[in-house]
Amino acid sequence: MNQLQNFTKGFFKENPILVLVLGTCPTLATSTSVMNGMGMGIATTFVLIGSNVVIAMLSGVIPDKVRIPAFVVIIASFVTVVDLLMQAYTPDLYETLGIFIPLIVVNCIVLGRAEAYASKNSIWSSFIDGAGMGLGFTMALGILGAFREIVGSGSIMGHKFIQGDGILVFILAPGAFWALGYLIALINRFKKA
Amino acid sequence: MAKTESTFRNMVLSLTLISLGASACLGFVYVMTKEPIELSLLNKKLNAIKQVVPDFTNNPNEDMFRLPTGEGDSLEIYPAKKEGEIIGYAVNTYTKTGFSGNISLMAGFKPDGTIISISVLEQKETPGLGTKMTEPGFKDQFNNKNPSEFNLKVKKDGGPVDAITSATISSRAFCDAVQRAYNTIQNGGLK
Repeated sequence: MNQLQNFTKGFFKENPILVLVLGTCPTLATSTSVMNGMGMGIATTFVLIGSNVVIAMLSGVIPDKVRIPAFVVIIASFVTVVDLLMQAYTPDLYETLGIFIPLIVVNCIVLGRAEAYASKNSIWSSFIDGAGMGLGFTMALGILGAFREIVGSGSIMGHKFIQGDGILVFILAPGAFWALGYLIALINRFKKA
Repeated sequence: MAKTESTFRNMVLSLTLISLGASACLGFVYVMTKEPIELSLLNKKLNAIKQVVPDFTNNPNEDMFRLPTGEGDSLEIYPAKKEGEIIGYAVNTYTKTGFSGNISLMAGFKPDGTIISISVLEQKETPGLGTKMTEPGFKDQFNNKNPSEFNLKVKKDGGPVDAITSATISSRAFCDAVQRAYNTIQNGGLK
């Protein structure tokens, strides 16, 4: 697999949300609007790239039996860094995402990529893998967020284009499940065709 | 590169080193972001104070004092002064009855207890429903009302407040927070 394929697999072939269906908890909770979804996606991308690179670097040094605790320490450090940086420089976004920033630690995508990819591949490939997976995650969250924002509150990127309310259920949890379900169905339809 | 063997010594050593490295990085980032975080919190409060009390010339952050709520804790009161005379109080109030988590408000009062304006500092209500409390459509109905004659209760509970559609709990919580602020300045003799 060349590096380009390695990068693009995160978008379609192995998209973490739409194909692997990993990390759906933050997906469902934070995709209430485009900005929230993308913000969450970018924070996760940063953590993914950072942890992938460091884990690829250290994979020769970490003994097999303690690799999971070691990965978790590395991932948790990156998440705390993101948490502090967002609190300092994007306080509004930090507030809306709230608890879901620290929860990136337990996002399956991050540990999943560390275990399945970064611990077995070179630093550069792991970097590309992290970037592709992270941006694929961001893209899926962006699409989901856009759909839920348009239908649910009748606005896009915070600009309202209808009077009054949208279909409120799409802002709430059940709407998140529906939107995600239909999005996955749509992707599967295209993949078969 | 040969894989390190999983001997006890290697495991302890590698985990210790990784943790040490991680904590060093975190310490560095913490020190680096400490000031911006404090600054952004302070700015947020100051902006909220500017919204809820009319033009003041003092620095409310410096003149801040605390008053007991009578429920075992205290609220931050920011007096707004113009040429030495008190023209209003911004009260950083809260409620625990929100739909999801605490809600923190900045409520501005005239010296006679009339509400000037209210600004929401922190809330985690349901997006699209309870979050409407931050919009003028809901919170501006309190402006220029004096809680001594304006009963802070939603219509469902027999009061005059128009609740947010399908977010009565959030609306009640909002009233509760404003009431707490009003009670506090009243009991503190500031009215």
